[in-house]
Amino acid sequence: MKVSSTSLHKYELVVGLEVHAQLSTKSKIFSSDSASFGAEPNHHISPVSLGLPGTLPKVNQKVVEYAVKMGLATNCSINAINRFDRKNYFYADLPKGYQITQDEAPICIQGYLKIKLKNQEEKVIRINRIHMEEDAGKSLHDKDAKYSLIDLNRAGVPLIEIVSEPDLRSAEEAAAFLASIRQLVRYLEICDGNMEEGSLRCDANISVRLRGAESYGNRCEVKNLNSLKSIQKAINYEFKRQVEELEAGRNIEQNTLNFDAATGVTSVLRSKEMAYDYRYFPEPDIPPLHLTEEWIKELKAQLPELPETRIQRYMTDYSLSEYDAGVLTTEKAVADFFEEIIKYTSNYKASTNWLIGTVQSFLNEHNKSISELPITAKSIADIISLIDEGVISNSAATQQLFPALLNNLDKDMMQIVKDLNLMIDADTDVMGKCIEDVISQYPEKVIEYNNGKKAVLGLFMGEVMRLTKGKIDPKVANGKIIKKLESLK
Amino acid sequence: MREYNSLSEVQHDLQNGAITLPAIVDHYINRIKNEAHLNAFIEVFDQEARSEALKIAKKLEEGKAGRLAGMVVGLKDIICYKDHGIAVGSRILQNYKSIYSATVVERLIAEDAIIIGRTNCDEFAMGGSNENSYFGHVKNFADNSKVPGGSSGGSAVAVQAGLCLACLGTDTGGSVRQPAAFCGVVGLKPTYGRVSRHGVVAYASSFDQVGPITKSVEDAALLMEIIAGPDEYDSTASKSKVPPYFSELNNSTGKKHIAYLSETLSNGGIDAEVKSMALAAIKRLQDEGHTVEPVSFQLLDYVVPTYYIITMAEASSNLARYDGIHFGYRSKTAPTLEATYKKSRSEGFGAEVKRRIMLGTFVLSAGYYDAYYGKAQKVRRLIREKTDEILKKYDFILLPTTPTPAFGIGEKVDDPVTMYLADIFTVQASLGGFPAISLPVGNNTAGLPLGLQFIGKRFGESDLMAFSKKFMDLLEQDSVKSPAKGNIVV
Repeated sequence: MKVSSTSLHKYELVVGLEVHAQLSTKSKIFSSDSASFGAEPNHHISPVSLGLPGTLPKVNQKVVEYAVKMGLATNCSINAINRFDRKNYFYADLPKGYQITQDEAPICIQGYLKIKLKNQEEKVIRINRIHMEEDAGKSLHDKDAKYSLIDLNRAGVPLIEIVSEPDLRSAEEAAAFLASIRQLVRYLEICDGNMEEGSLRCDANISVRLRGAESYGNRCEVKNLNSLKSIQKAINYEFKRQVEELEAGRNIEQNTLNFDAATGVTSVLRSKEMAYDYRYFPEPDIPPLHLTEEWIKELKAQLPELPETRIQRYMTDYSLSEYDAGVLTTEKAVADFFEEIIKYTSNYKASTNWLIGTVQSFLNEHNKSISELPITAKSIADIISLIDEGVISNSAATQQLFPALLNNLDKDMMQIVKDLNLMIDADTDVMGKCIEDVISQYPEKVIEYNNGKKAVLGLFMGEVMRLTKGKIDPKVANGKIIKKLESLK
Repeated sequence: MREYNSLSEVQHDLQNGAITLPAIVDHYINRIKNEAHLNAFIEVFDQEARSEALKIAKKLEEGKAGRLAGMVVGLKDIICYKDHGIAVGSRILQNYKSIYSATVVERLIAEDAIIIGRTNCDEFAMGGSNENSYFGHVKNFADNSKVPGGSSGGSAVAVQAGLCLACLGTDTGGSVRQPAAFCGVVGLKPTYGRVSRHGVVAYASSFDQVGPITKSVEDAALLMEIIAGPDEYDSTASKSKVPPYFSELNNSTGKKHIAYLSETLSNGGIDAEVKSMALAAIKRLQDEGHTVEPVSFQLLDYVVPTYYIITMAEASSNLARYDGIHFGYRSKTAPTLEATYKKSRSEGFGAEVKRRIMLGTFVLSAGYYDAYYGKAQKVRRLIREKTDEILKKYDFILLPTTPTPAFGIGEKVDDPVTMYLADIFTVQASLGGFPAISLPVGNNTAGLPLGLQFIGKRFGESDLMAFSKKFMDLLEQDSVKSPAKGNIVV
């Protein structure tokens, strides 16, 4: 791109997101067919989801429940009277020739969501609306040489669409907003938040304006943003492209764009002139849905503790840092696991370190989620207790006991400790001998220490640990090394 | 076989052995064959009807038969019946079979009705003359040069000509009542939401209702009792309990307050004999001590445009699923997806359906929505409120079912607006969701049947049918006393 950074700086980026979350209900939004993912093509279908003549939709109450929960979690007002509308357009994977959605009276309106940026700054992003709708089927263009194939398993799977106000000002903010939505739907257990499988999808409305300008510029809607990375790439690309257009004296055409994740480039999908006229009108097959205040209250009471509250609680009750609390609560399952560990140990800091350190590295390495960890929270707590009681050292625990436990799931933990001979040697003579050896081995380091370079202590400690195979109490060893060094002064 | 006017007559004869159920079915099958030129049926399920007759005859012997045992019914070709063809009078569904049954069909079968075939109708129930069927037009049995009305024309003729005892039709803006009037039979449009629409192919979803077409009010009441009621497959079906319409038929007591709309009788388009029929009915009711008074209904000029704007809008969306992709007719010469839509729909739909899809698409389009669809919705509410207001003061509203008797085949096909205006007396009840019944009150001098309509309160079918029966009994008595008087027109 030719545009200079000074001209980029003249402009402000304005982004609003439309996030589609596929709800994890058992059945579809308007029929009893399974809404689960991954069945053989056209196996989760019925006359209703096929749109056969004479069939009528029936609203799945779970969908309404999930939508209300999301609205409550994002501080929205809940509309007591809900209507559905038809959005009319032709497509091969849209069996009825219209999508049932909510246009005029969405279930949730005027909420907000707080996002946290990398510099720890917090920003409030307003939510315009959340509405319920049905998903379309899938067109498969690459399965057959001659035909395009249609899979209607997804037709009628429930979606909520969360529409933000144009409050996002950077790619980072947009990604943080989407990550926050994903975190919430997972906390609420209303959507698995899986972007790769398309359970969470995002379109971005992107425009630019001169800094300080009050009115918005012409916006482009970018479709098919299927990862946090794509969103940021697409937004950054569009920002530069739009600034370049304006700087060259051209207008921004209000187009619908497609984003190619492979090339990182947007291209025109539909021009404004070709934009569909969806001819929305009230869905006559579904009478208005009246939500009672009691029911909404009931759902509010059912809401799980949300990340924000949890972070506060961890900081107050367990004296964790905001950073640690934030990392622990990123995923609900991890936070839940943490709470399971601390049922058996009150060493909150060690539990945190174990979980976001050793356990997380293991999971990352094996591409597993916390639910797939083969050992229990109690085992982790037991390891922490062994360390706290001075039975084994932390390094022996992370480097030897933890991997051994994973490889010997049916074996007793103490047996492993014994078999591997991990217990801290009570025999201080052995330790003393090692310390003597190490210190005599590095006379130049002793001089450095005596000259005030305390960091060399680490080297002696490491060597002693190596020689004793970690079977010592590091605290005791540390004290002894210092004592010895001081005596040599 | 004698001509039966009600199921109770049939059941009486079955019980005393004067006739058997297989003989009844054979009789109807022969009648359908002999009157094939009427084109009332698109398909006759003769084999099946015969074997059902044997089964139900056995049940009758064992005393285990359902309440509709002995009733031979035709289904308008718009009501789904599992594993049977359903074309909705259209080429686009010519070879389509339903894989499930409508709720009304399941309820009929559960009570041992025998379904003898599917009856002809205007394509997608769009029409008032049954001239818009891909399967050809239907002839009025009273005069073969006249239309039977529509869209349930085949159903009305089937009952009129004695090809079956009753039919289930559908009424969106008069499609049960108007052909019933043209054919001299009873036709009821229930309150919107009284009967499930599950399995009934949609024309205009906020209007469509299944209704019985019968020879007698008592059969209408019996059928209603069976088919009405809540349905988990239709959210617009009312959850309110269904009264025992049949046993309540004799409950109409006391003197009623009946309104007639002065604008209907002063309307320029009303036929002189239709008008005198209505006036004679008013007089006869007054003679019986009922209060029958004129009320003004100034919205009459708006009912037809309002009705057409909304129904066409809904239809344009309801018919989008016939796209050549998932089921039904697909043009063989279409090279692309878009061409498949265009060609399949152009070749599959008839002219009237295309006209309504285009108009419906137009009234919902950006820039026109407020002026047409939005405005029509407001007027619809006014019509409903005004009608409610009248029905707060009166038990029923009386008006002719149609402004004229059956017109000639081909007479109005080139003039859709005149055709639409002929719905002026039936669409008021449809717009407001009120129940309305058309009663055969006699023939005009040319021998063409005329229908008188009563509109009742929402969910007031019981009162409406009981009063209708009382009125028909009155006409019957008159004809016994003085045969000439049986025809109220005279």
